[in-house]
Amino acid sequence: MSTPVPNLGAPHPGATSELTVSDGLIAETTEVAAAPGKKKRKRGLGLVFWLATSWLVVVLICAVFADLLPVKDPLTPDVINKLAYPGPDHWLGTDGLGRDTLARLVHGARVSVVISVTAVTIGMVVGGFLGIIAGFFRGKTETVLMTIINIILAFPALVLLLVLLAFVGRSLVVISLIVGFLSIPIYTRVARATTLAVAEREFVRASRTMGAKNSRVLAREILPNVVLPVAAFGLVAMGVVIVLEGTLAFLGLSVQQPAPTWGGMIFDGKRYINEAAHVVLIPSIAMFLTVLSLNLVGDALRTRFDVRGSNL
Amino acid sequence: MYVLRRLPSLLATLFAVSLLTFLMTSLLPGDPALQILGAENATPEAIAEVRAELGLDDPLPVRYLAWIGDALTGDFGRSYRTSEPVAEAIIDRLPVTAEVGILAIIIALLVAIPVGMLSAYRAGTRTDKIISSTSFGLLAVPNFMVAIFLILIFSVTLGILPATGWVNFTDDPVQNLRSALLPALSLAIAEMAVYTRLLRTDMIATLQQDFVTMARVKGVSNRRILFRHALRPSSFSLMTVAGVQVGAIIGGSVVIETLFALPGVGRLLLDSVVQRDLLMVQGVALVIAVSYVVVNFTVDILYSYLDPRISHGRSAARV
Amino acid sequence: MSTARPLDGRVDEPLLEVDDLRTYFDTPRGVVKAVDGVSLRVDRGKTLGIVGESGSGKTVLSRSIMNLLPKNNTIREGSVRFEGRELTTMKNKEMRTIWGAELAMILQDPMTSLNPVTKIGEQITESLGIHLGEKGKTARAHAVELLKSVGIPAAERRLGEYPHQLSGGMRQRVTIAIALACGPKLLVADEPTTALDVTVQRQILDLLESQQHQRNMGLIIITHDLGVVAGRADEIAVMYAGRIVERAPTKELFARNRHPYTEGLLRSIPRLHQPSHTRLQAIPGRPPELIDPPAGCRFAPRCNYAQDKCLTETPLLAPHAAGHEAACHFPVGTTAGQEALERNLAAGRTAAGTPLDSTLIATAGAA
Ligand SMILES: Nc1ncnc2c1ncn2[C@@H]1O[C@H](COP(=O)(O)OP(=O)(O)O)[C@@H](O)[C@H]1O
Ligand code: SF4
Ligand SMILES: [Mg+2]
Repeated sequence: MSTPVPNLGAPHPGATSELTVSDGLIAETTEVAAAPGKKKRKRGLGLVFWLATSWLVVVLICAVFADLLPVKDPLTPDVINKLAYPGPDHWLGTDGLGRDTLARLVHGARVSVVISVTAVTIGMVVGGFLGIIAGFFRGKTETVLMTIINIILAFPALVLLLVLLAFVGRSLVVISLIVGFLSIPIYTRVARATTLAVAEREFVRASRTMGAKNSRVLAREILPNVVLPVAAFGLVAMGVVIVLEGTLAFLGLSVQQPAPTWGGMIFDGKRYINEAAHVVLIPSIAMFLTVLSLNLVGDALRTRFDVRGSNL
Repeated sequence: MYVLRRLPSLLATLFAVSLLTFLMTSLLPGDPALQILGAENATPEAIAEVRAELGLDDPLPVRYLAWIGDALTGDFGRSYRTSEPVAEAIIDRLPVTAEVGILAIIIALLVAIPVGMLSAYRAGTRTDKIISSTSFGLLAVPNFMVAIFLILIFSVTLGILPATGWVNFTDDPVQNLRSALLPALSLAIAEMAVYTRLLRTDMIATLQQDFVTMARVKGVSNRRILFRHALRPSSFSLMTVAGVQVGAIIGGSVVIETLFALPGVGRLLLDSVVQRDLLMVQGVALVIAVSYVVVNFTVDILYSYLDPRISHGRSAARV
Repeated sequence: MSTARPLDGRVDEPLLEVDDLRTYFDTPRGVVKAVDGVSLRVDRGKTLGIVGESGSGKTVLSRSIMNLLPKNNTIREGSVRFEGRELTTMKNKEMRTIWGAELAMILQDPMTSLNPVTKIGEQITESLGIHLGEKGKTARAHAVELLKSVGIPAAERRLGEYPHQLSGGMRQRVTIAIALACGPKLLVADEPTTALDVTVQRQILDLLESQQHQRNMGLIIITHDLGVVAGRADEIAVMYAGRIVERAPTKELFARNRHPYTEGLLRSIPRLHQPSHTRLQAIPGRPPELIDPPAGCRFAPRCNYAQDKCLTETPLLAPHAAGHEAACHFPVGTTAGQEALERNLAAGRTAAGTPLDSTLIATAGAA
């Protein structure tokens, strides 16, 4: 079977870019011979990277300290001021019930962060573990594991998610757990591919042939080299999970109202798109910026830590 | 033949997928009998009766065989809610989802192929940078956001395309296309970005190949090099990913069909999930998974036509 | 200049004349001076061998001559005249009428220089269509004829095959057939045999030689192995760090090489009359950085003859015999060179600070 990459907890295949510089119809790329001993060309992470990181830090702070931050109550309606434009009273305006958009954004960040962090952590830890096992020990373990994983991946992810939600129910915890559980296969795949590449490297082969214990090689050589690429992937995956929450909100399956979530805010705001487009625009921008930042940061880190020769 | 060689693996995958669908919907909590009867009629005797009727007390393998046997003859049972045959409900809605999905892929490819090629051809230039950052940005825009903005522009502001509703192709082809356009576009935008980036990367790699240099020294024009020499070898991962992304499109169709009020399979799945209509969920999930597997199988076969190295039995460096 | 009719070559002009060609790449690390003032000449029916270690700029030189390099980060000066027509200023559009028709090229790796997803026949007939307007049956027949002429058996059948169905040697024959398709006047072969088995190498070189004779075609063979061009080239140019350091007719070069680098290269060719266990001597050290290369002679750090003068004054190509030039202050086989070597041997090190190898002392003593 061809190997489907799922779309849950997995970045779009195109989200992981190769920073290739080229000159159109190049005759040949003869690489600039890196002189031995000279350090590789240092590539700074750039302004955009730091802007993105800062935005993510802001979102994180909002999520953690939502209750302490000097914002209005996200649930208190202010009917006179409903659909208000951004102004001194409500910095980012109000929604259809007159609830303060800024406050709802700040509190909504919590849902996004909890879901994405939980899901990504579960997927990364379990999937990463399985992938390292498969990639390191190869043989039957790998065959069985990857077969199961490929079968799970044969389901469009959202379909699996919906089916599970139908049976298991929905709350912040349940949604996070299910999404995390469903993203295990893709991490397994990434971790396995990375492990395979790392295990092929000189120093790992050397220490294996010199009779180092498997556990030692795993802990000292493999793990440190696999963690960073997988974590970079996890960052991009967080963006996917955040979008997923939005999707669930649209389907009426996200965390129950009235707790604010970004997806819920966009969904509610859609109703007022004619009269007050900012109600839908502002949470959309927040979500967009967050996902974009995660993609940017994840991508930059991935390019740095990439040990794999090819895609997955 | 290549198709025949791949057939066993297809059958195995289909079996595995059906088994997983079955287990998922059978083992998870929730008693269908309770659902059918409704809370007030659910006396223990009545539940036992319904369970016996549905064969829910048989051992799992027996239940699986019965279910898959029926499914193979096109009998997926009846909806617990509406008593509508599941198969009929699906067949009614499949064309809508398929049309929107295929249209989305076509739009995405129609845009992505020339744009991705241009970006690769002009790699490193401003054109390329604009294309690359735009597509990178588009990856961060969820399909529901795209849908909202498309509705805002084309329905609310310009009023040229309907925001909701569906017209069957057989009723009115033009209206049908108009009702499919915005949903398809909503699904296409992200795909476009994915394809563009992928094609750009692969094309840049191809353009650095010796055989492109050779084509240049033959005196072949750049346009011909791009389209005749470089496109095909650059499109392998594009094809594979396009197949894989069908999963994203199916997932997306749940959202898009809900947003645009289209009578498609995605909407059917959502409704049955919300109403906990288990047999319907089971049937739809099976059909979706099977279609997905079959699409990817087909892509695999097409792939072998695109890349002679595969159909001629040598292992080629697959991406 | 003959710019009035740029597309018509003039027979009274030399086939190819390269004059002080420079090709630099503007990279983030600095300007790479890959080709730094190269002059060459190739006549009709003659073979020029360009020899140098990998990284010495041979490929860049060939691409620069062919006008194949990307424009955006490349700085190019000097002139390349092909039958009197200046190529360096030509646009791609004009080049396309010359590429394939008059100027052809084959590359190192036949594995990658054929399109993996296109049938062989199509790859051959393509240029026939472009330059000779041949189509359909005519083109096919011509392609079969070409394949036969490069020694491919069952040529008819091969037309419908893909490159991966052929062996490396056969593939290189196909690329030669493609290159020869429209009867070019000059063929540039960049390491045409490096990727091939030793036995196949010989066959391919023989094929190139016989085709060249039949067609009275100019041929440039680029290689890192002097042995490849030994019996075949009329003239050999030795390239080091972007420059030609010695140029001579082949016999003359083998008999009386003047440049210490050439001497090193000659030592590294296996010789038939040597006992097989004789170790080949590779030249110790690596070629210099092409970004900000050192002043003086670029070979100095690796040269057994190096004197103080070599570290400050760049040696220029100077004539030694008819058609023989070398760029060295203390040429091999001259008294100046002999004295320089002896001085260094006595000091145990060269002026560049490189210690002298004791095995070399023996060789030098014997010489
Ligand atoms: N496009 C390019 N950009 C920067 N440096 C290049 C480029 N092409 C070649 N070089 C450099 O030019 C030098 C000569 O390369 P090349 O001509 O391939 O050597 P050779 O063919 O003799 O092995 C190398 O140091 C290489 O790194
Ligand atoms: S003797 Fe001097 S000039 Fe001649 S090659 Fe050696 S270092 Fe260069
Ligand atoms: Mg080379």
